[in-house]
Amino acid sequence: MARIAGVDLPRDKRVEVALTYIYGVGLPTSRRILDVTAVDADVRVRDLSDAEVARLRQAIERNVKVEGALRTEIAMNIKRLMDIGSYRGTRHRRGLPVRGQRTHTNARTKKGPRRPIAGKKRVLKK
Amino acid sequence: MARSVKKGPYVEGSLVKKITRLNERNEKRVFKTWSRASTVTPDFVGHTIAVHNGNKFIPVYITENMVGHKLGEFAPTRLFRGHSGKLAADKKLGG
Repeated sequence: MARIAGVDLPRDKRVEVALTYIYGVGLPTSRRILDVTAVDADVRVRDLSDAEVARLRQAIERNVKVEGALRTEIAMNIKRLMDIGSYRGTRHRRGLPVRGQRTHTNARTKKGPRRPIAGKKRVLKK
Repeated sequence: MARSVKKGPYVEGSLVKKITRLNERNEKRVFKTWSRASTVTPDFVGHTIAVHNGNKFIPVYITENMVGHKLGEFAPTRLFRGHSGKLAADKKLGG
């Protein structure tokens, strides 16, 4: 079983795609890694040799920030914004969109499910 | 779109002058500025700048982490007191 950066790779997928199961590795990164390590992108994970897996693991550990380390970096960046009292930081703190999107409607990804507003009657459909 | 690197960060001329003068004299004094679009450069660190928010001047103490941000980011222009309604009214009464 191929285990890279603490993630089990799906065995039946092509390596190119399987590597994207690692947090911090998308298709472009995955292709670059395969290019550098000279591993065929079309091989299924279960058909990889141990040497190839080792090469991939090493390449990822050395060159790509993945999983926990990446998550901490992102959290630190957000924390920095909040600590310096910047506009972006306050937006993060309040769970609102950070990059100037409208909040009159939409923005549900950031705001989460709608909360009912007291006193607002729903219009009945006929 | 991001500003061209070739030009370097934008800082209003008068602000640069003011900061360099204060730094030369080793002086720290709160001073006002309307230039919200100016980028914070490393020279600013340690100063307190009163940044205009359209109504008042908000004192901003510049730390190292703020370098690269713009002054306006630290002086919010909008005041949101919350929505009206029963909940808000209750809160007002309850203190």
